[in-house]
Amino acid sequence: MDFTRRETLAIGAAAAAVTALPMPAMASLTDDAIAEFTGGADVADGGVDLDAPEIAENGNTVPIEVSAEGATAIMVLAAGNPTPGVATFNFGPGAGAQRAKTRIRLAGTQDVVAVAKMADGSFAKTQKTVKVTIGGCGG
Amino acid sequence: MISRRDFLQVSMAASALYGASGFGNWAKLAAQQALTQDQLLEFDTFGNVSLIHVTDIHAQLKPIYFREPEINIGVGGNKGEVPHVTGADFRKLYGIEDGSPSHYALTYNDFAALGKEYGKVGGLDRVATVVKSIRAARPDALLLDGGDTWHGSYTCYHTEGQDMVNVMNALEPDAMTFHWEFTLGQDRVRELVEGLPYDALGQNIFDAMWDEPAAEFKPYEFYERGGVKIAVIGQAFPYMPIANPGWMFPDYSFGIRDENMQAMVDEVRSQGAELVVCLSHNGFDVDKKMASVVKGIDVILTGHTHDALPEPVLVGDTILIASGSNGKFVSRVDLDVRDGRMMGFRHKLIPIFSDVIEPDADMAALIDEQRAPYKAELEEVIGETDDLLYRRGNFNGSWDDLICDALISEREADIAMSPGVRWGPSILPGQAITREDIWNVTSMSYGEAYRSEMTGEFIKVILEDVADNIFNPDPYYQQGGDMVRIGGMGYSIDISKPQGERISDMTLLSSGEAIDPAKNYVVAGWASVNEGTEGPQIWDVVESHIRKQGTVKLEPNNSVKVSGL
Repeated sequence: MDFTRRETLAIGAAAAAVTALPMPAMASLTDDAIAEFTGGADVADGGVDLDAPEIAENGNTVPIEVSAEGATAIMVLAAGNPTPGVATFNFGPGAGAQRAKTRIRLAGTQDVVAVAKMADGSFAKTQKTVKVTIGGCGG
Repeated sequence: MISRRDFLQVSMAASALYGASGFGNWAKLAAQQALTQDQLLEFDTFGNVSLIHVTDIHAQLKPIYFREPEINIGVGGNKGEVPHVTGADFRKLYGIEDGSPSHYALTYNDFAALGKEYGKVGGLDRVATVVKSIRAARPDALLLDGGDTWHGSYTCYHTEGQDMVNVMNALEPDAMTFHWEFTLGQDRVRELVEGLPYDALGQNIFDAMWDEPAAEFKPYEFYERGGVKIAVIGQAFPYMPIANPGWMFPDYSFGIRDENMQAMVDEVRSQGAELVVCLSHNGFDVDKKMASVVKGIDVILTGHTHDALPEPVLVGDTILIASGSNGKFVSRVDLDVRDGRMMGFRHKLIPIFSDVIEPDADMAALIDEQRAPYKAELEEVIGETDDLLYRRGNFNGSWDDLICDALISEREADIAMSPGVRWGPSILPGQAITREDIWNVTSMSYGEAYRSEMTGEFIKVILEDVADNIFNPDPYYQQGGDMVRIGGMGYSIDISKPQGERISDMTLLSSGEAIDPAKNYVVAGWASVNEGTEGPQIWDVVESHIRKQGTVKLEPNNSVKVSGL
């Protein structure tokens, strides 16, 4: 993963931290990352706003935005990348909004996953498929 | 008390009746050889607002033939739903009599025979007559252009869209949105948009660097008509940098952005909009889904996928209007807007039969003025055809079979690829093929015909990728084109499978051998989205091929086997 190729625009009092993970199968890498983040707690489906294009205009730089009101942290994973970890945004008590925006690189069509840790210690997760296509042939 | 939803449905039924009786009449009138302009334009003015919709004209200033698709497959929730109904099924659905003008205008069967009977369609001088007639009944009718206007002809290419801008300006639209216009390059688009005497709209046209609304395009505009405050929100083609060369307009980003669409609807409603119209280039199925996701749009004027529907499609409280392509149709939608909401509508899809509708003299002169400097080049006869040449359809059209033949023979290739675009008029058997006709199906700002080597595996990747852009069951992942056309190679496709599993039995037709994933094949194609593509222009390749043929004769193309319907 080449951090310098990524433009990170963090909004509010968000701090980005890149998670580095070992290398077994990708699905389990994603599951492992979520388990590590949640400490194995239950994760509710939905509850995180994840804005990402349906089809990426350029797989090398895909704009995404995550937000979850009342979150203390939001972890973003690209489930189909060789290294799924993208970033974890931590929001301190002084954060005006629990929202972050960045651009990520996607190796191919895959799910982008956002997991939020709420102030009460609960977790919520939203995912969205972003298609990376070779393009052409538009009517 | 009748609910708003019920009211719309009642009105829908009335509209359907109106439409059905209209079709029946045309059939009888045609039988009596008495189809007249008055009958085509007949409309009992209704309510207090009129919308006039044209879209996907593709720079067709003059009347043309345009054959509607035979194969137009719907997937997922759109399986068997309009606009994915064709031919006899379409006629049955709308009560259209066989052999009637509507049969000819809206379905593909017996196209060559009916074309000789009913003549060419379209022509912006005829469209001008229709627009003037509607304005005579409703002087403040809104005229909205759904885009794909500044692309698709010899004169449009050579004037970089200026011919179309001049002619459309004379038609005096109120607003337009965009797709192929951007392939003129962002500098030229900005130059033309800056000089437009009407609004350039697109809520999903964003600045690529900052991911915020682009300054040159307003998301919406208000119009006060018939005492009604109308908001028109633009929606440009969402997948421009993917389906077309993004390097030609690097400053812009698009996407569906339905959350922003909802925010715009809420914003205009909060500012007092009583009627919200979306002028869209999403494509029909994308608009249908968007209508179910975004609340508060009254009318979506759809475009991009070139569908022509004689009745609106209702999604919740939103009506969708599909007005065809290439200048073949004009839609008129009359609305009754009272107490801040749409209470009912009346609609007519007006087919532009060029031999029935009188050309507007001023517009005809203006069109000829645009064409005059190029007259000799346009009219030069290159060859003729024994077979019907058409493009529309999910898998292949005879125009593309001819283009693929040209690529294989002129570029000495094993396999040819032609993009599955939906524009391009038809040529009847026995007709001469002029240079203009060739440009009408090939003209674009990235027409270089490449010749390169591709492995069998990569060819499959391309087919799988394009197939998923058409047959992904979620419309938001569809780009609205047809399947890439292939020459020199056959294949099978199971459209019900996921990406990567749809394509099989790839066969090199010249040898009958299976395509070897590891082997290199010489592939010739055109319309690459990659910067720096080299090769002769496709129209020159096709012209050279047709000259050598003299008279075009095509074998029926049965090389694509479709399953999973």
